[in-house]
Amino acid sequence: MQKKNGWRGARTVVAFAALATVAAALTLSRPATAATPKDMLVIATMLDEFSTLDPGEVYELMPEEYIANTYDRLIRVDLKDPSHFNGDVAQSWSTSPDGLTFTFRLRPGLKFHSGNPLTADDVAWSIQRTVLLDKGAAAVLQGIGLTKDNVLKNVKKIDDATVSVTTDRRYAPTFVLNVLGAWPASVVDRKLALEHQKNGDFGNDWLRTHEAGSGAYRLVKWTANESLILQRNDDYRTPLAMKRIVLRHVPEAAGQRLLLENGDADVARNLSPDDIAALTKSGKAKAVGVPQATLLYLGLNTKNPTLAKPDVQQAIKWLIDYDGIQSNIVKTIYKVHQTFIPEGFLGALNENPYHQDVAKAKALLAKAGVPNGFQVTMDVRSGYPYGEIAQAIQANLAQGGIKLRILSGDNKQTLAKYRARQHDIYIGEWSADYIDPHSNAQGFAWNPDNSDGSSYKMLAWRNSWNIPQLTKETDAALAEPSTQKRAQMYQAMQREMLANSPFVILFQRVSQVATRPGVSGLEVGPINDLVSYRQLKKQ
Amino acid sequence: MTPDATTPGAPPPAPDARHAAARRVRVVLLVLRWLLTLALTLAGLLLVTFVIGRKVPIDPVLAVVGDRASASAYAAARAQLGLDRPLALQFLLYARDVLHGNLGMSLLTSNPVIDDIRRVFPATLELATLSTLIGVLVGVPLGVVAAARHNRWIDHVARFVGLIGNSVPVFWLGMMGLLLFYAKLHWVSGPGRIDPLFDGMVDARTGSLLIDSLIAREWEVFFNALSHIALPAAILGYYSVAYLSRMTRSFMLDQLNHEYITTARAKGVPERRVIWVHAFGNIAVPLLTVIALSYSYLLEGSVLTEIVFAWPGIGSYLTGALLNADMNAVLGSTLVIGATFIALNLLTDALYRVLDPRVR
Repeated sequence: MQKKNGWRGARTVVAFAALATVAAALTLSRPATAATPKDMLVIATMLDEFSTLDPGEVYELMPEEYIANTYDRLIRVDLKDPSHFNGDVAQSWSTSPDGLTFTFRLRPGLKFHSGNPLTADDVAWSIQRTVLLDKGAAAVLQGIGLTKDNVLKNVKKIDDATVSVTTDRRYAPTFVLNVLGAWPASVVDRKLALEHQKNGDFGNDWLRTHEAGSGAYRLVKWTANESLILQRNDDYRTPLAMKRIVLRHVPEAAGQRLLLENGDADVARNLSPDDIAALTKSGKAKAVGVPQATLLYLGLNTKNPTLAKPDVQQAIKWLIDYDGIQSNIVKTIYKVHQTFIPEGFLGALNENPYHQDVAKAKALLAKAGVPNGFQVTMDVRSGYPYGEIAQAIQANLAQGGIKLRILSGDNKQTLAKYRARQHDIYIGEWSADYIDPHSNAQGFAWNPDNSDGSSYKMLAWRNSWNIPQLTKETDAALAEPSTQKRAQMYQAMQREMLANSPFVILFQRVSQVATRPGVSGLEVGPINDLVSYRQLKKQ
Repeated sequence: MTPDATTPGAPPPAPDARHAAARRVRVVLLVLRWLLTLALTLAGLLLVTFVIGRKVPIDPVLAVVGDRASASAYAAARAQLGLDRPLALQFLLYARDVLHGNLGMSLLTSNPVIDDIRRVFPATLELATLSTLIGVLVGVPLGVVAAARHNRWIDHVARFVGLIGNSVPVFWLGMMGLLLFYAKLHWVSGPGRIDPLFDGMVDARTGSLLIDSLIAREWEVFFNALSHIALPAAILGYYSVAYLSRMTRSFMLDQLNHEYITTARAKGVPERRVIWVHAFGNIAVPLLTVIALSYSYLLEGSVLTEIVFAWPGIGSYLTGALLNADMNAVLGSTLVIGATFIALNLLTDALYRVLDPRVR
């Protein structure tokens, strides 16, 4: 009897499970959407960098890409030839004989998404607005000497179709145009923004979650950490094939791969090297690698007396197995690059003289008075590939007797420590704001004030590297009008820093963009600000 | 005039009326005690989270202005966030705002935290509720039958389910589930809450896509949302099944060894009644606690599951906020999770009184 009743209980469970399975199968066997429509493109990417949509406030990579496709600007750099610029809202431009004033003539008949006409007032006001807001993006425009005190005077409307920008001193013209072609100079619909102004914020509060541009696409909906939906601007000056573009937040690379394989995404932006290899092999996607303006490097804090020794810095550079880390860990998403200007930039010196040479490194350590090595810490942000690279470097340095202790932490945590100059070694990345060599020279080779209270906390400062001579060279290269001579100046600086600097530049990032067969026209530049959706097509 | 109970010479109140009055007083005291517990717990939670949040070595200003902002932009943002004020003042100002229903603005989304929570919490609630339902409907019967059929095949199945549920990482199981049911079999939809085609098609009345699409009678949206939630709910539900079946089995085995069970069997009570009424009735209270704990754990947000399935729930929202020192979002989420936890505890307490006469 007991057995019979117990068996009945077991049958109950089995019956329930069967029922649940049938119910699930019935409800769920509806076919999942096979593929996105022809005029709609879905990009699987990571949207966790989005904290604002205001071009005057944005400073992270993916938000820059959003701004680049929803807002126009005066000019844009030509991806095929970075020394050449194409007009965006500007039809033509000229430089004054003293090289200080840049005058732009606007195209006629331009309109914002709101229907408001786009005039010189909007252009001048937008640049003034970014500087006066003084958020992160203002730092780019401050590079050409625009400050809160002078921006109203130096950026002005000449007439309804003409606007001029005057710099505080003479800069290389390509540098000024690169700055004015970057996202902080995006043209904002002045009338619309001012309608939403609160307490003199230039509409900043409203623009954080709304859009007021005239670009190829307009914002339909932004759901933080979920999706961003863009709709074609039918009044745009060139035809656009994609009616709707959806950026979906898919934090896991494997998830992006599955969406791409199943046709639920047309483009995946954050696949791992293994995923890319598998997808391209199966023919379900094609991948294109585009070198990015992002360098992965070690910063050696010269406040640490051992790390301050040039021989120790050299020894560390000779201990690292660059090729081994590249081929085993970062594979297709980074390439070895040891100079501070990325490949593709004016004056880039694509020389990689360092490779692992333990004997040479040991000799240098002995010369520096630490023949048995020393102990040191390295702050490492969590996540791939930083932890993996750090472990490989730990093993490399151990070969020279250097005992490296890895201190893991979140990015913001390690960055705060780095900015406070409290690290020994920091592993991090530096991305250029615009594709001009100064963006990196300013980071690595410029430190006008090495005191703790300095206002300029660039990378040389963070590593307490006092470099009056290199700082002068950086300033001189910035002012050099001859493009050729300027390139030579940057090359000389890179050679100097290869020979002697507390920076161990390891790799340049390569963006691997995977697309489904039939998708074409996604223009990916070395920075996200130069990613364009305008030529996108889908068969 | 009706004589007052306290009026001299008035007849004493009937025993039933006295009991009713005493019960009312007890209920009022109980409610007051609950409210006091709620207020003190939330205040403590707020204070501890606030202090920890301000002391972690993450600079929230960097999340606002970025790495390369000028010193003036950095200082202005710091002042705007109120970080230049003394810690105690910062807390008092925050607590004042919370009391006025203002949880502040999120640094990461530029939205009021309350709006963000209204968006992410229903996503977690929807997932956790479905998962718990699966856990209760499958795990509890499985545990009961496993105990009743101790050391037989069904018991081995239950133990195996429990073993896998306790040893396999949810991250891995989620990926395998996606690979099999989404990529190979096409039974379910992939990561995300809904296909982009259907995004925004129904008004967010409750925040639950399933309920909102039902209210709007948008069947395509409903089935699409269902096909998206099915797999993460099944995966989390599996862990719930593993936990609940193990606990139920353990409680039942304990009960089935009691003498009152032997007595019932000796009296000829049918075995089904012995198990489902006598024994199961006695494990209802501890089982309720276990179910409530499991549910509240899921309501805190299963971060790994949310990442694998790109599920925009409160777990990933809170984690992102923590990693960026978005303290308003951290505190707001903590308050909501804390309040939910307390509410579930209170609900469980109330249900104890229904299920167990000794507690009344």
